[in-house]
Amino acid sequence: MTTVTELHAGFADKVLSAQSTFRSVMDAMTRPGSVQRVTAAAGTPAGMMRGAAAIALTLFDHDTPIWLDAAMSATPDVAKWLNFHASAPVVAVSSIASFALVGDAKNLPALDRFAFGSNEYPDRSTTLILQVESLTQGPTFEMRGPGIDGTTLLQATLQPRDLFQRLTINEALFPRGIDVVLVHDDLIVAIPRTTRLVASGA
Amino acid sequence: MNAPAYNFAYLDEQTKRMIRRAILKAIAIPGYQVPFASREMPMPYGWGTGGVQVTAAILGPQDVLKVIDQGSDDTTNAISIRKFFGKTAGVATTTATSDATVIQTRHRIPEAPLHAGQVLVYQVPIPEPLRFLEPRETETRRMHALGEYGLMHVKLYEDIARFGHIATSYAYPVKVNARYVMDPSPTPKFDNPKMDNCPALQLFGAGREKRIYAIPPHTHVVSLDFEDHPFTRYRFDAPCALCGAGDSYLDEIVTDDKGGRMFVCSDTDYCESRQLIGHRGSESAAPHEERTHG
Amino acid sequence: MYVAVKGGERAIENAHRLLAHERRGDRDVPELSLAQIAEQLSLGVDRVMTEGSLYDRELAALAIKQARGDLIEAIFLVRAFRATLPRFGATEPVNTGEMQVRRRISSTFKDIPGGQILGPTFDYTHRLLDPQLADGFVPEQPATSEAAQAATPRVTDILGRDGLIESSPAADADTPVGDLTREPLSFPADRDLRLQNLARADEGFLLALGYSSQRGYGRNHPFAGEIRFGEVEVEFFAEDVSFAVPLGSIALTECQMVNQFKGSATEAPCFTRGYGLAFGQSERKTMSMALVDRSLRARELGEEVIAPAQDEEFVMSHSDNVQATGFVEHLKLPHYVDFQSELGLLRKLRKEFAEANEAPDMQEAAE
Repeated sequence: MTTVTELHAGFADKVLSAQSTFRSVMDAMTRPGSVQRVTAAAGTPAGMMRGAAAIALTLFDHDTPIWLDAAMSATPDVAKWLNFHASAPVVAVSSIASFALVGDAKNLPALDRFAFGSNEYPDRSTTLILQVESLTQGPTFEMRGPGIDGTTLLQATLQPRDLFQRLTINEALFPRGIDVVLVHDDLIVAIPRTTRLVASGA
Repeated sequence: MNAPAYNFAYLDEQTKRMIRRAILKAIAIPGYQVPFASREMPMPYGWGTGGVQVTAAILGPQDVLKVIDQGSDDTTNAISIRKFFGKTAGVATTTATSDATVIQTRHRIPEAPLHAGQVLVYQVPIPEPLRFLEPRETETRRMHALGEYGLMHVKLYEDIARFGHIATSYAYPVKVNARYVMDPSPTPKFDNPKMDNCPALQLFGAGREKRIYAIPPHTHVVSLDFEDHPFTRYRFDAPCALCGAGDSYLDEIVTDDKGGRMFVCSDTDYCESRQLIGHRGSESAAPHEERTHG
Repeated sequence: MYVAVKGGERAIENAHRLLAHERRGDRDVPELSLAQIAEQLSLGVDRVMTEGSLYDRELAALAIKQARGDLIEAIFLVRAFRATLPRFGATEPVNTGEMQVRRRISSTFKDIPGGQILGPTFDYTHRLLDPQLADGFVPEQPATSEAAQAATPRVTDILGRDGLIESSPAADADTPVGDLTREPLSFPADRDLRLQNLARADEGFLLALGYSSQRGYGRNHPFAGEIRFGEVEVEFFAEDVSFAVPLGSIALTECQMVNQFKGSATEAPCFTRGYGLAFGQSERKTMSMALVDRSLRARELGEEVIAPAQDEEFVMSHSDNVQATGFVEHLKLPHYVDFQSELGLLRKLRKEFAEANEAPDMQEAAE
């Protein structure tokens, strides 16, 4: 049995930290491709970046089944931490997850292993939270779609490398689809299902 | 007795999380109505509980809030909602459109262009644009799923056949991002073009009907029409009697019982800002002069 | 010169002051205490607790006092308070079979194990206004006797032993009971959510719907199998100690309607059920609820859905009086912006109409 003292902390101020983190995520989702910073401090269990931990504390609870990839479930730390601070159930089946926390995005499973929602309820989909190598350096990605005035550029080192190619299924599936939040350290970038890659380059 | 103790911005954290998740889905699927477990609020359903829940879920201590009803900051319901957030969240409030970070509105979109970083929260009574053509949720949900909007076009076309015009003057349906037909809430159709390619985020909350939907910034929003009967805005053809504006939506004020009328801006902040910088209309009073009314 | 109306804030404050004054009424008349409301207007308190979804007699009495006796307003006050309460979990299902009954009647059998118990009821009172009650009337003490030792099994359980009535759905630990205050409702809705909706539903709305089913709009041939009112124990399963802890007892009314039999190629004909449950003594509510519950089972039982009471979307979307009153009364809010838009359109259409109708005359005149 884990005692409370062995666990990493949650938010110091639950109410205001959750509010400021939510606004960062909302801003990211509102302007796809833009880099937002999560400022609220929280403990991070092994393998979890600051941004991912803050998002978990902000959006997860007992109504949101969570799927963890192999990196996140390498030790019981993450699951225990989620259970203690968010009462979020960790599930083995990715297709029923509200959120998937992916620590090792190189080995991201095929997207059709997650929930796309239905045409009647496209909101019943899995939101992917991917920890990536960099959201400020690397190749450039030019994107367009709702939330973007014309096109926008993101410079990032993404895993998996073919993430945008995989996300092209969102175009055919719409309104079903997968929304992605990329995390590096305390930076986040959202790629909702409406965002399209225009070009990419070094 | 269990004395009530209320959280920041009234809602408990579990409720905020649920609403926040719904808001994120709404932004990701522009125009789609996300179901959410709307709570009983301390104001009646139909009086802005959806907008209030959305505002309560996004509001932080750094925000500056503006609340309008019919375009005015001083209508009783706007005052009541503004006071509610002043009391429960202690946020700064303003009447200036450009200073606000969050604007909650009923029935109008401000005249002054909104800017990036602002959030416009609409109070919505009936979120389903197809509801008056098909009362069943199971049916309208299927139509949205298939993108099957023929019924709406038939209705608009019947108007044209009967009246020579589309006889919808407010809550005029729009298509968002070339996919979902959406109810803009009961704003006059004059405001519809402001939703298109708007730099601000637009969030819609329907409390009684338990739906949240959104238009992200810079999203294509088109008012439904026909090639030979294009969408047109309507405003009474006169300048504002107070500020002389020729481009704002006007309220009709009945001044006597002998047919006397005057027309003034419905957006009080727009009108007062114009008067402050010297614009005058035919009936101008000195701006911001305190007067008592019997 | 015109100056826009200001001073809404003052108006609101003054309106609230005036409301408080009117609520108090003539200050020479003694003020009502919560205990008086809870004790002497107890059926009103029961209704507010039931439709407010909160078992607290004192708060319900306060709500009635604050609402000046407007029960829907009182229900709204209780609901708004309930929405802010932290949630610890769900209690164990209550066992109405072990109710300490204060009243219990069955219309389907002359006598039943445990007996028919008339209890406190208006049923056989003659509805003659009683001037004695106007002031200072001291009623006789109630007649008492030793509590009966005999069990009072539910009439439906007696029928169930012979398989004459469908069994109640068995509890399933893996599928928790839904809660429409925590999850958005979607259709079709299962019976757990329907019953929750009906328990919170406006008594008058259910009364009218139940009545309509009796008059032939989706008739389902009901018998009042049993109505019982009394106290039941409430228990909460505490994870820390791993057993159910008693929390106390609450007063409930339960109604089980027994409806005409159904059968199919694979199932022998048997009676079906409609179920009603409410806080306190709420007989009209539970009977109406049981009728409507049975009506809403039409789809499940393979009956044609032809009447309003059988239409779950219609019933569930319109049963909540807090929602209904909010939306009906919101028409009081200013709508002048939209009205202006309608005025503009109407003037234009009328002008075009007049022009179209004048045109032929003009032509004649020109000739």
